[in-house]
Amino acid sequence: MSETKTGTPDTTSAAADEDLGAAGSQLSTAPAEDTPNLPSLGVIGWTRWFWRQLTSMRVALLLLLLLSLGAIPGSLIPQTGIDETKVAEFRKAHETLAPIYDKLGLFHVYSSVWFSAIYILLFVSLIGCIVPRTWQFVGQLRGRPPGAPKRLTRLPAYTTWRTDAEPEQVREAALALLKKRRFRAHLAGDAVAAEKGYLREVGNLAFHIALVVMLIAFAWGQLFKSEGNKLIVEGDGFSNTLTQYDDFKSGSLFTQDDLDPFSFNLKNFVGSYEPSGPNRGTPRVYKADITYSVGSSDQEKKTTIEVNEPLEIGGSKVYLVSHGYAPVVTIRDGQGKIVYKDAVPLLPLDGNVTSTGAIKVMDGYRNAKGEREQLGFQAFFLPSYGGAGTAVVSQFPALLNPVLNLEAYHGDLGVDAGIPQSVYQLDKKNLKGFKDAKGAQVRENLKPGETMKLPNGAGSITFEKEIKEWAGFQVARQPGSGWALAGSLAAIFGLAASLFIQRRRVWVRATTGGDGVTVVEMAGLGRSESAKVPEELGDLAGILYEQAPGAPDPDDDPAESEASPDPQVAPAEGADTK
Amino acid sequence: MTLAAATELAAATNENLANISNTLIYSSMAVYTLAFFAYIAEWLLGSRSKVGRTAAALTPVKTAKAGKAAAPAVTVKKGGSTAVLERPKVVVRAAAGQRDVPDGPGAHGGDAQGDLYGRIAISLTVLAFLVEFGGVLTRALSVERAPWGNMYEFNITFSTVAVGVYLSLLALKKNVRWLGLFLITTVLLDLGLAVTVLYTASDQLVPALHSYWLYIHVSTAIFCGAVFYVGAVSTLLYLFKDSYENKLANGGTPGRFANSVLDRLPASASLDKFSYRVNAAVFPLWTFTIIAGAIWAGDAWGRYWGWDPKETWSFITWVAYACYLHARATAGWKGRKAAYLALIAFGCWLFNYYGVNIFVSGKHSYAGV
Repeated sequence: MSETKTGTPDTTSAAADEDLGAAGSQLSTAPAEDTPNLPSLGVIGWTRWFWRQLTSMRVALLLLLLLSLGAIPGSLIPQTGIDETKVAEFRKAHETLAPIYDKLGLFHVYSSVWFSAIYILLFVSLIGCIVPRTWQFVGQLRGRPPGAPKRLTRLPAYTTWRTDAEPEQVREAALALLKKRRFRAHLAGDAVAAEKGYLREVGNLAFHIALVVMLIAFAWGQLFKSEGNKLIVEGDGFSNTLTQYDDFKSGSLFTQDDLDPFSFNLKNFVGSYEPSGPNRGTPRVYKADITYSVGSSDQEKKTTIEVNEPLEIGGSKVYLVSHGYAPVVTIRDGQGKIVYKDAVPLLPLDGNVTSTGAIKVMDGYRNAKGEREQLGFQAFFLPSYGGAGTAVVSQFPALLNPVLNLEAYHGDLGVDAGIPQSVYQLDKKNLKGFKDAKGAQVRENLKPGETMKLPNGAGSITFEKEIKEWAGFQVARQPGSGWALAGSLAAIFGLAASLFIQRRRVWVRATTGGDGVTVVEMAGLGRSESAKVPEELGDLAGILYEQAPGAPDPDDDPAESEASPDPQVAPAEGADTK
Repeated sequence: MTLAAATELAAATNENLANISNTLIYSSMAVYTLAFFAYIAEWLLGSRSKVGRTAAALTPVKTAKAGKAAAPAVTVKKGGSTAVLERPKVVVRAAAGQRDVPDGPGAHGGDAQGDLYGRIAISLTVLAFLVEFGGVLTRALSVERAPWGNMYEFNITFSTVAVGVYLSLLALKKNVRWLGLFLITTVLLDLGLAVTVLYTASDQLVPALHSYWLYIHVSTAIFCGAVFYVGAVSTLLYLFKDSYENKLANGGTPGRFANSVLDRLPASASLDKFSYRVNAAVFPLWTFTIIAGAIWAGDAWGRYWGWDPKETWSFITWVAYACYLHARATAGWKGRKAAYLALIAFGCWLFNYYGVNIFVSGKHSYAGV
């Protein structure tokens, strides 16, 4: 490396850059960073000042920072939109904190006033930035690359040589070369001005517009969305009306008419599991075979819904979200009359589907004395019981050795009080346990087909051999997701273009020097992050040099370029080998 | 062979593979440790040379300023009159406001023995990488799926990819050798954490993970994390080197340790540029990771965005990196302030990985931890 030293200790180049004038301007359409000037009084003055602040890069950056900070509490504090029971638990545990959180909207951060304010301001700032930038860019596309600055030596990449070719020839060759390289090039005075990489700005604008599209699509989806859950036992059906859902959430502009008309029946649920090895019990397949019909048509279609493979009907998607077992039980009263026969869906507690739930006989039952009474059973179900002496948890998710554990109660279930209660839990306040001869709570493990007798002729409960499975479905409708997807794809491509494409300018000046020999000067300018500019300039210079080969250097040195304070001749790459 | 015997055999093979995987991971840790000592030796031997390039470049700043009016330094070639120039040489000027400091020589500081140890360290890193890669692969084979089902698997894959990124950059002849010690130290920490705290023998994969999106979404997430990590290390070193250069430029005398270590690193401008490139290059991929996750969530959970903690934190990470990229184009935020933002952004990524899995429960917590 004996030949060159690049650059120089230079702390005054910021000032020197002003020499570039218009040539360096508008290499991007980033907003100019003007110093905040004090606003003149008056509403218009203030509005203009506010608008200018809002659309400035600095404030946009601040809003971005605020947005990320504002999103944090929502991930740490339970949110009503995600898990209401957790919010309720939190309220119970923090009695002083909860009301404060309520006031600050911390239980629904992402729809709170202050969070909305941040992102709305950010997007207003964004739009206020995109619109003028788009116009500016259109102007740049309609105009031509700016002419060469007076002192090309000031530019980040520079090269020069002397040639015997005529200046016109050099300029023509340069113009042809640059156009061939797909620069936008034109002749301006004694130099060729060229620019390339406009797609960077296109990408940049596309990315930011795509963000706006995504936000609108997301907001639209939030306003009109609906989402409901329904647990269906094999053999049962569902039709898409509000009353049929177990629970239902919707956006504020949703109306019942938005529900797509369809209905379906769960024919069969299949769950298969890894039978052995380290992954024993891992679910392999979950699928629900259903028949469905759309609208009022009677035509039934068969299909299968799997996890990750929802059924799409109209704008709604039907997801398979959970599954469990629904043992069929028959309950008889003292006279042997059947008072209850149904599949009882139980809720799984763990990965091996240890399940729990309640059986409630609300009417039709009379006790041994002939009095009306209600019956309740606390049910605990193990699809694969490990046998006596093992822990009371299921060993495997499939029905290898099913056992139903029942605890019998009688009295008042509390369902008539008008207070809503869970169908999976017994309210034991007004219930009495059946006691055996020793006074212990009646409780028994039943295998399929077995019957538990209630004491003193109070009746019996039979665990039928048929065990049904149930599947939990979520029916979700989120309009605008197509737009969100399109916006996000555009955002990725725009982002990649705006980060990977370099916008740069090249100037080639050819003039007749003091001694009548043509002097060629080439310079390149890019954004500060680009390292490719010198490389590309060297490449272009190499090609141009072949068409306008070097002339011998004059012996008297400082006649080269009037514009440059220092006489310079750049050495050739292979110079010292010659 | 009966079906039962076949499944039993398969189970035995799987268990064997899992054991092989564990052995390979431990072996790779041993080799990484050797590499770690070799890197240390490189740094220690390198401290013998007293180059002081940074100081040399920065001390005469004032005289240079007074003497020449900011002109590019060019060697004037006094060619003979018959010399024919092959190609014009391009003169490059430092960008406005940047100090022009030469890059340091790297950890070995120009010391031949140090360089040898450095090369040994890289060879050992390559070996450890291959062993660790084998460990990840056998783990994948033993569980018959992508090895990204829990934090242990995620950790071992993550460090493999991070080292892979480093070695690829080396292979591409990028000036990244100086990263070695910092990277391997954290790789050892990462693996140590994986085998002690996070180890999960076998794990059940919930059906929501049975999707080809697992391969797309998780692999890009791991890759982004590895690249962000490389960017963060370089950003941190930039901050140190920058204050070192500032001190020198203002006529201060940094401590001996700072002098010895920081002088051997690339110039602050190079470190800054490197970390920007690394972060900017992977930012679109991070965007894609989030969007791929959203599409998958749309299929698996019935909504594409639901402010699940993992989603929220990947969004926060995204916004933080967006802040960093914007800061670099905003007057008054370039340089150190932008670098702090980059570190905060990586902190968000880290929290998204460890913090959310450990402290917050959400839809992404199926990892056993």
